[in-house]
Amino acid sequence: MLTPSAYPWVEGESLGQHLDERGIPRRDFLEYCGSLAVMLGIGSAAAPKVASALESQKRPSVVWLQLQECTGCVESVLRTESPTIGDLLLDVISLDYNHTLMAGAGKAVEKAKADAMAANKGKYLLVVSGSIPTKDNDIYTMIGGKTARQQLEEAAEGCAAIIALGACAHWGGVQGARPNPTGAVGVRDIIKNKPILVCAGCPPTGDTVTATVVHFLTFGALPEMDREGRPLFAYGERIHDQCSRRAHFDAGQFVDTFDDKGAREGWCLYQVGCKGPATFSPCPIFKWNTRTSWPIEAGHPCIGCTEPYFWDTMTPFYGRLPDVAGFGIEKRVDTIGLSLALGAAAGVAAHATMTVLHQIKRRKATEQVPEATEDEGVNNG
Amino acid sequence: MAKTKLVVDPITRIEGHLRIEAQSENGKISQAWASATQFRGIELVLQGRDPRDAWAFTQRICGVCTTVHAIASCRAVEDALGIKIPHNANTIRNLVHGMQYIQDHVIHFYHLHALDWVDVVSALSADPSKAAAIGKSISPWPNNDEAHLRAVQQRVKKFVGSGQLGIFAGGYWGHPAYKLPPEVNLLAVSHYLEALDWQRDVIRLHAIFGGKNPHPNFLVGGMASAINLSQATTFNAERIADINGMIKRAKDFVEQVYWPDLVAIAGFYKDWGSIGGGVPNHMACGEFPETDINDTKGLYFPRGIIMNKDLSHVVEYDQKKVKEYIHSSWYDYSKGAEEGLHPYEGETKPNYTGPKAPWTGYLQDEKKYSWMKSPRYEGKAMQVGPLSRMLVAYASGHKDAKELITEALKKLNVGPEVLFSTLGRTAARGVETVLLAHKMEGWMADLTTHIKNGDTATFTKDKWEPSSWPKKAEGYGYLDAPRGALGHWVQIEDEKIKNYQCVVPSTWNASPRDAQGQPGAYEASLADNHPLVDPERPLEILRTIHSFDPCLACGVHVLDAEGNEISSVEVNT
Repeated sequence: MLTPSAYPWVEGESLGQHLDERGIPRRDFLEYCGSLAVMLGIGSAAAPKVASALESQKRPSVVWLQLQECTGCVESVLRTESPTIGDLLLDVISLDYNHTLMAGAGKAVEKAKADAMAANKGKYLLVVSGSIPTKDNDIYTMIGGKTARQQLEEAAEGCAAIIALGACAHWGGVQGARPNPTGAVGVRDIIKNKPILVCAGCPPTGDTVTATVVHFLTFGALPEMDREGRPLFAYGERIHDQCSRRAHFDAGQFVDTFDDKGAREGWCLYQVGCKGPATFSPCPIFKWNTRTSWPIEAGHPCIGCTEPYFWDTMTPFYGRLPDVAGFGIEKRVDTIGLSLALGAAAGVAAHATMTVLHQIKRRKATEQVPEATEDEGVNNG
Repeated sequence: MAKTKLVVDPITRIEGHLRIEAQSENGKISQAWASATQFRGIELVLQGRDPRDAWAFTQRICGVCTTVHAIASCRAVEDALGIKIPHNANTIRNLVHGMQYIQDHVIHFYHLHALDWVDVVSALSADPSKAAAIGKSISPWPNNDEAHLRAVQQRVKKFVGSGQLGIFAGGYWGHPAYKLPPEVNLLAVSHYLEALDWQRDVIRLHAIFGGKNPHPNFLVGGMASAINLSQATTFNAERIADINGMIKRAKDFVEQVYWPDLVAIAGFYKDWGSIGGGVPNHMACGEFPETDINDTKGLYFPRGIIMNKDLSHVVEYDQKKVKEYIHSSWYDYSKGAEEGLHPYEGETKPNYTGPKAPWTGYLQDEKKYSWMKSPRYEGKAMQVGPLSRMLVAYASGHKDAKELITEALKKLNVGPEVLFSTLGRTAARGVETVLLAHKMEGWMADLTTHIKNGDTATFTKDKWEPSSWPKKAEGYGYLDAPRGALGHWVQIEDEKIKNYQCVVPSTWNASPRDAQGQPGAYEASLADNHPLVDPERPLEILRTIHSFDPCLACGVHVLDAEGNEISSVEVNT
């Protein structure tokens, strides 16, 4: 976790020694590296490389700025999975500034931050949650007497890379929804000269953040990203294609209203507004809260929170996709869904049709994601 | 000794951005100013949207108390449209909100507040066998044993020795206001670490009913998680067993770790029972309806107001008597800055008049100094939160609350007057956590009994379709959140939100001075017999501010009834 571990990792000690000290068998560690490698999409064969990279690491400095936000992203990382090894993972870092957890206040912590940035110039990782209000001379968020913009620019100057955490740091978030009263924007709108990775979502899952940090430490670079800056290992798959209720979509079995027969049978939530067909997110794969559940599994439609501007493009949340402001697309899904709902087609034939028509839309970093069109039916934002 | 002006900005270990300014003289604070330094404008964002979406927008006001605005919003819309949710949906909301309280209060105590009382560095010189003896004397918690505590101490020693102090850099270690013996510090540090793992487990209840935490999903008209004992993908016996386990682990930790720690630590800081009382009026809107939200007599935490510390009389609460003022806030009102407006008439036109950024001077020299408005009840400043709730419960003769408070007072050998203090706020939070840890079992039993009797309804669909709504409607949703009384007021016209207003706990507590010069609760507490030994190391200020558990993002809002400037948002398609 982001707190001093019960098993601190001290200066001069390699991770390998540190694990021994903690009584964690090497086999467990390698297994863990294997699952991480799979999660990162580099295949379990890469486990030894992950392991050796992690083992040789010293704790790099991380500075975490919280700007115009709700602290939900910090809370999400507090819930990150695999307590023992997960704690260790984030203990891989030395968290030198974090508003929510720091012991001191005022001048004392601002000094601690300045000291850490000076001592680790060019090397520290900057995590940012929250947006930057730009209206009226940036006056809408002041921290330590400085504007959010000034705090961000100062911290970004000497950092190696930035993780923009959550919808607010991504594109402005809920306060950036129409009419955006404070002119809230994301990190990429202010900082142009640093690599920026986006952990999208409101909030993102803590595990996505953890894995991203591991990637950075293992390979010395940020993972492959889509054009939004989202790491492909987490955001490369569309919810609809990985959804545990997908078979019901293919079979034309839909929830028409909440708590109806379909809802009690765990059928597809498309008709009550699910944005899964237009959303790229690891929710169905990583799930939430130590893999307990995720929104669609728990019966509520996806609200598309990993997509940019979702507060405007995905609302009304209970409107079916083609009726939602940002779309006018997904006609194919809609037409097919409706005809299936009417019982025009069913069973194996329908499923086969769906499989052909609805190829999995896995995005590649190298290819530009097509703009949403009548035919494509996917809005990546 | 001369008057010293001081600034503490940022206040850490809170939600949001808060700046405290003060004047101190001879080791005491004479005056204080609380300034909320962030403004987001979420209520303006809500205008023109589908009222059934409002819960999701307002939920994002705060990611710490991540359920409270969502539930209050559902209640406001349900009130406006005349929707009565099924019994099970009410019970599920109680379970979700109850676990929020428990998890939030424990995190607050250990991770946000404890370092004000617990000196981590002092724990290094503790004798682990003595610490274990103390631990065993106050609790059967298995990890209060010598081997475990010795291991924790070794690890902390190594951590401090590493020189990479991370979040502990800049702490006020060795400050003379720290009074705990090294052994008690060690116990608390050990529990600080254990609580981190515990919180991650018990909050999984939110993922079961809401799909995730933070920001679980809710639904106007009930809850979206359907019940079907014969389905693997719905709420079923497997989920029931999982939740029962979480409730048990929540209760064990609260009873065997949090509560005994709280009482033990309080014993060393009894002087804080006469410090930081502040605003003498306490308000609770009440929470946890047994069946119907409109049955305000059936709330587990009762509704009411204590005026002027008078525990012999509980005044009735009426939301119509709430007004918000902007005398010291960076806003304009169309009727003038000295008028008060009820939330239904509320307007917020931000008008920043403070110094240019970066701030180099003092906001206390300004007439207006905060983004927080000043809500007042019949013109009076109020405190809200766990202490206010427990005082109202105590004075209302609430059996469970009265028993536990009496027991704690007896253990500490003090009278009820010490409740009106910084220590009282911190202790009351523990009291209500114990009450809820017990109550959760009852709600879960209620849910399973209903399922057993064939009642599996979780959603009322009659008023789901906007075509069934009246042309105009307005509603009030109340909820007593972990941080205090919360209200949402919604006005709906032509199927859209016309106006939305939230008056939240931290607005009451963090409010700036009003036209009568009445300070808000933070400000009044800091000026009430309040020590400050070393203005360079303002540990005592943190104690009192943290005793309120500030949530600043909640407190700062905007509503603009006139809808003045509508700027366009770049939609990336």
